[in-house]
Amino acid sequence: MKSLEELKQLRESLQKDMLARNSAGKARIVIGMGTCGIAAGAREILQAVLQEVKTRGLDVIVSQTGCIGMCEKEPLLDVQLPGKDRITYGNVKKEDVSRIIVEHLINGNIVEDLVVARLEEGGE
Amino acid sequence: MDTIIYRSHVLICTGTGCVSSGAGKLKEKLTAELEERGLQKEIKVVDTGCHGFCEKGPIVIVYPEGVFYCQVTEDDINDIVEEHLLKGRIVERLLYKEPLTEESIPSYNDIDFYKKQKRIALANCGRINPESINEYIAVGGYEALGKALTEMTPDEVIAEVKNAGLRGRGGAGFPTGLKWELTRREESDKKYLICNADEGDPGAFMDRSLLEGDPHKIIEGMVIAAYAIGADEGYIYVRAEYPLAIHRLEVALEQAAELGLLGENILGSGFNFTLNIKKGAGAFVCGEETALMASIEGKRGMPRPKPPFPSVSGLWGKPTNINNVETFANVPYIISQGAAAYSAIGTEKSKGTKVFALTGKINNTGLVEVPMGITLREIIYDIGGGLRDGKDLKAVQTGGPSGGCIPADLLDLPIDYESLTEVGAMMGSGGMVVMDDSTCMVDVARFFLSFTQSESCGKCTPCREGTKRMLEILDRICAGEGREGDLELLEELGQHIKETSLCQLGGSAPNPVLSTLKYFRAEYEAHIMDKRCPANVCEGMKSAYVIDQSVCIGCTLCTRVCPVDAISGERKKPHYIDPEVCIACGACAEKCPVAAISQG
Repeated sequence: MKSLEELKQLRESLQKDMLARNSAGKARIVIGMGTCGIAAGAREILQAVLQEVKTRGLDVIVSQTGCIGMCEKEPLLDVQLPGKDRITYGNVKKEDVSRIIVEHLINGNIVEDLVVARLEEGGE
Repeated sequence: MDTIIYRSHVLICTGTGCVSSGAGKLKEKLTAELEERGLQKEIKVVDTGCHGFCEKGPIVIVYPEGVFYCQVTEDDINDIVEEHLLKGRIVERLLYKEPLTEESIPSYNDIDFYKKQKRIALANCGRINPESINEYIAVGGYEALGKALTEMTPDEVIAEVKNAGLRGRGGAGFPTGLKWELTRREESDKKYLICNADEGDPGAFMDRSLLEGDPHKIIEGMVIAAYAIGADEGYIYVRAEYPLAIHRLEVALEQAAELGLLGENILGSGFNFTLNIKKGAGAFVCGEETALMASIEGKRGMPRPKPPFPSVSGLWGKPTNINNVETFANVPYIISQGAAAYSAIGTEKSKGTKVFALTGKINNTGLVEVPMGITLREIIYDIGGGLRDGKDLKAVQTGGPSGGCIPADLLDLPIDYESLTEVGAMMGSGGMVVMDDSTCMVDVARFFLSFTQSESCGKCTPCREGTKRMLEILDRICAGEGREGDLELLEELGQHIKETSLCQLGGSAPNPVLSTLKYFRAEYEAHIMDKRCPANVCEGMKSAYVIDQSVCIGCTLCTRVCPVDAISGERKKPHYIDPEVCIACGACAEKCPVAAISQG
């Protein structure tokens, strides 16, 4: 490196990898990965989400959860924006992932036709 | 560069503490389990430096949630992968439990041990991989260096450090900016910069943790200092007993040189600086700056009289600036955040934070970084979780073998350089040993003095002979052979040694004795007059154990463990200990299933 500018550029390109180590005030995507979820194809959904997060360079938390009892609606995908209700989408297909991310996560509009449940903020 | 974006990072502490409690095998096992489930492209496994909470090690932290798992064994890895990483459920049984409330705390930042800390020097320790310069740069590393080299003159750097109020973290508390200025002012064709990592106080390990957990921060601080004083070559003097610290430093030096952050024309500024590692053989006196420089020169590590000070004539007779590891660790923060942000933390004369190694009879032992001016009470009860078994605090020893004991009634003392010196203790490198009533203060003083006595280099008489005589007197007192006049003699000797020793090893060696004499004189007197050790520690003065005849069930367990056959009695009938034979080792009391045995 020959200048402070180069150092700053390097830092920017490296920073993304460290985003996962900070959870404060971030949106969350939670995927149901119980036996039922995995059987219904949740792994594919998770991979599609990760791909989408990567290509769009989003700073969100992607995590997994177990069975919550709505097995017939699996794969389930929850989106929770900071301070907003936790929205559960059901029977999610691979093609739906990018729509949910663009509409809900980025633009803040809930994709109503896929919603199967909502939890008020603070509820679990 | 790695282009995979992982959804979760699992951080495994690989500091010396966690490695010795078994962290080495965790990574292997975790990597294998992740591969088995095809998760290796979603989950990243990262080695980190020390989190400071070594007692609870091995420590594993799972991000993005920041869940803190402690005392993780190989057998727990399966649960972490299966439950947490696959299903997103926290493994409750591995969470930290607060000692006072028994409550399980999932998140790193909510644990009392961390809540009251203010981490500047240790900010990255446990959060980044110390062997990756990329992670250091990603969290803002080397930007302070860039700023100093391209936007500031050396005088401006010195002014910033002076205004920040940074003082030497090795213990003496000399203003760092002033030290730099003195070396800068010297005219010379060559100047040296040295990092003193010859950490030797028993129980203190903050320098090791910094070097192991965030070596790049020390390097960055050193390059900034070298630029300020005009040095083109530096040494890190680190003891050979710190193999992991040396390894991580070597890796870091290589990476920094590769990116042009060390060597010629750093960041295009025209400034050159090369850095060497010098491994010390572990003599305590080599932490003294003139002895340290003699050791680098290949001579026997012994101090010499000052002046001339190192800033005038140091390593190989050239102007030299020496600072402690923790001092350098504060420099990047001061340059990037500014003097005002730094000096907003702390007290009037002591700015910033200090790292303490908390040990002894306390629930949470480990490394803590706290703002100057915090009280002992906050450190011991809020961060340290109080004393073990709910016992009462008797005293706190600070500053290691150069420091002193602070009695429990000074618990609300705000800690800074001045206040500690005022009560007869010392900041020192930051050791903090917590003691309860089962600690004998005479024995403690004797322990520290025996350490300094055996580490005395022998060059000057007061230290060589004086500490030897003091130790003989203490040995006598502890053996129950103390005489009238011993205490006065100890005080007189102590004062003389302090005033006439060549270096600070001797100059501070009597402190543990003098401060305990000041605050716990009655305990010394009990040893001498009554031939009694109130804490029942000193051999030869321990009182014999007795069996409560009404409680004893005659199980005979005690007779079997007694090493001197002092216990007699028939099966199923109360037993008896012969006080003439008993050596008060306590083995019987430990074995007794009904707690019938106690010290009489």
